[in-house]
This record gives sequence, structure tokens and C-alpha cells, in this order.
Amino acid sequence: MPESGAGTAARTGKGQSQNGGDPREPRAGGFGRPSLLRRFFDEIQNRLTADLDDRDPDFIRENLSLSWLIASIWFRGEVRNMEHIPENGPVLLVGNHSGGTVTPDTIVFTLAFNTYFGVERRFYQLAHNLVLTSPVGPYLRRFGTVAASHENARKALASGAAVLVYPGGDWEVNRPTWEANRIDFAGRRGFVKLALDAGVPIVPVVSVGGQETAIFLTHGERLAKLLRLDKLLRLKTLPVNLSLPWIVNVGDFLGHLPLPAKITVQVMEPIDLRERYGPDPDRNRIYEDITAMMQDQLTELAAERRLPVLG
Amino acid sequence: MRIEQKVTVDAPRHLVWDYVTEPANYPVFIEGLTRWEVAGDRHTGLGARYRMLLRVGAADVGGLIEIVEWQPEGDMAWSSVTGVDQRGRWRLRELADGRTRVTFRFAYGVAGGGLAGLIAERVAAPGLSRRFHHSLLNLKRAVETRRESASVA
Repeated sequence: MPESGAGTAARTGKGQSQNGGDPREPRAGGFGRPSLLRRFFDEIQNRLTADLDDRDPDFIRENLSLSWLIASIWFRGEVRNMEHIPENGPVLLVGNHSGGTVTPDTIVFTLAFNTYFGVERRFYQLAHNLVLTSPVGPYLRRFGTVAASHENARKALASGAAVLVYPGGDWEVNRPTWEANRIDFAGRRGFVKLALDAGVPIVPVVSVGGQETAIFLTHGERLAKLLRLDKLLRLKTLPVNLSLPWIVNVGDFLGHLPLPAKITVQVMEPIDLRERYGPDPDRNRIYEDITAMMQDQLTELAAERRLPVLG
Repeated sequence: MRIEQKVTVDAPRHLVWDYVTEPANYPVFIEGLTRWEVAGDRHTGLGARYRMLLRVGAADVGGLIEIVEWQPEGDMAWSSVTGVDQRGRWRLRELADGRTRVTFRFAYGVAGGGLAGLIAERVAAPGLSRRFHHSLLNLKRAVETRRESASVA
């Protein structure tokens, strides 16, 4: 993976530095070391650079116990039909996303994937920039989390890996509680193009319960626009929820203590896009079909639940 | 973490041995087994490999295992190749009255799992222990039924 190696070299300062030689050389500007602000932005940039080699199978294996405890005891996780995921080769796993910045569906599903196929199978998760630049970013990178971009996903799939994407992302995780059982990708169709370009099957992954971990009130789109967060941080929302320990939680930047809602995840059958839709498929139709399929599945899963949180 | 379960089967040792060394029987008598398949050319015996998963809490846990000890009608032991670290053993001993004492041992853990690993091992133990206890009762029933069928025939 030459791209990945290059990414590592750039981050660690080994090899060719940006100012053309010894990385210890002062940068132009002449204060002997880059300014604090410059270093901050460099660090942000580094954290967003996809480096598939950052995924560390031993680290994942050693941390599965913690994921297992959280998923089993707190969320009583249940993942069904993992056998629908092709045994080998690249695959795009497309999920609905819930739970604000604390996303229990990801914890439960990544644990299931890593235990079912083993940490030896390469598995990457695409995440919002904000997640990777947060204090848990370096931890997640070792788990295989990379910044959500077409380029990063393409690299991962080209390497033969399984890639998990949540098209709804920051929008869907903050949908109001009364829309908990609704698939809402906000029209983001990039995953269809990605799967077609890479020639990989899509496996829809539908989860329920994540939106019961707090009371979600609003996306806060107007507030986000007003504060220009969409331009600065790619954040289209400034959500408001009622959660512990904050009670009224604006932004959810520090996360929250999720209520112990039961999380159920259903893995659906794989879809070979060209086999089903022909050699030159209509992307909009694929998007509509897949989201409708996932909505039907989510409605079924929601119908199984008798009580909120308890499941 | 190590779990041990025992059962006495009212059948000669070779019948129990035949049953526990036949991979096709495992999905039938081991409770909670969600995946079990022969991996590779060897069906049974030393060096045979199996891909197995057991439902434990929120996950299917297991991996590739390999038979590493094979003493006919006595001991069969396996060890993990990938996945959660595990070692297991069937130990069969003939009693004076012709019945067979079956001991099942299962040790598991994650090297480097730290405190969370230790807690997880202990949290998982009661459920696993109960499941293996029921599995041994299934084994006892299956082998004793076979013995009875053989006597009738």
C-alpha cells in the first residue's frame, strides 16, 4: 500500500519533509519551530489522512473485551445474519446510524464483525472528520476508522477490505426521537457511486435502539448555519438532546452517557448492483431501492420492540 | 479462565470417543454453537482444523482451532489458531462398571486484554459453564441412545 506508507512518513516527519529536507530544519518564517496554530492544523490534517496501515489487528483483539462488555451488558447487543456478508473480498456495508455522537450501533456491529470474521480480515469504518479529530481519534484509527471521503473508501476497497459507511452520518444520528424508526440518509448517494466504481457488493446493515439512548429534540440546522459550523467543521447540525449527565445537551460534542437501550442489528442480503440493475444502472433508482429496503427492515425491527430502551 | 464440566455416560468408552471425534455431531450437542465447519482436508484426527463460533453475549466468539493432541479413546485436545485464545480437552476414562467418565475442559482469554479482559472472562464464565453443562447432558443422552439402539439391533 504505497499511499499508506507515504501517509505515515508525512505524519511522522520521517523521509521527505514539507520543507524539503531535514524535518528538524526551521520552517520559513524563521522562529525555529512551527507556530502552535500551524502545528494544530497540521495535526488535524494528519488525523484526516487515510492511512490504512494504522489499523492494528493486535490492538483490536486486545480491546475486544471492552467492546464486548459494553455491547453485551450495557446495550444487550444482538447482531443477526452475519453470514450474509461475503466471506472474502471487498464489500461495502451500508448502515443507518443512531445515538448522537455516542453511536452504539457502531460499537455492537464492529465487535460482531471482528469476532465473526476475526481481526485478521481488514475492516474499515468511515467516520465524520470531527470523530477523527476528537481525543478518541487516534484510538479509533487503530480500530480501522478513517475519515469519510470517497478517496479513503476507494483506497480501502481497492485493498480488498470490508468498509462500513453510514451515509446519513452526522445528520441521521441526531434525528428527533419521534423519527427514530426512519432511515434518513439526507439524499447522500455517494455510497452508490462508490460501490459501482469499485465494483463491490453492498450489504445493508440496519439497526434499531440507538435513538433510544437519549431524547433527541432537533437537528439544530439553523443554529449550525448561523454559527458557520457547516463551513468550518462540515457540521450541518448543532443538535440538542436531553441526556445524562448534561440534561440539556447542545452540540453533543462531549458525548453523553447513553441509556442502556437494547441494540438489535440485522445484516441484510448482499446486493450485486450490476447484476441487479444492469451494466449502466440508474444511481437514483438504486438509492431509492436500497433506502426503501432498509426502511422496511427497520420497520420490522421496530415492530418487534415492546418497550423503549428495554427492547 | 478455565471451565471444567464432567458427566458419566452409561456406555463403553469407544462409543463416547466415536461421538466426540465426529465433527458432524458438534452442532447437534454443543449448545450455542453458531458456526462449525471443517477447515482443510482433514476431517478428524491430529492436525484437523475447524472454524467455530459460539454465541457469547453480544458476539459470536471463536475462530480457527486445531486438534493438537490425540490419544485414541482417551484424550483429544485443541488449541486456537486465530480468534480468542482457547484450549479445550475431552478426557475419557473407563470406570470399573464399564461406564465412561467424561471430562470437558475449556480455557479461554485474550492475551493483553488488561482489566477489561479479566472482567469479560469472568462475566462470560457462568453462561459458558451452564452451556457446557447442558452440552454434556446432550452428549450423554445421544451416546446412551446409540448404545441402546446397538443393543436392540
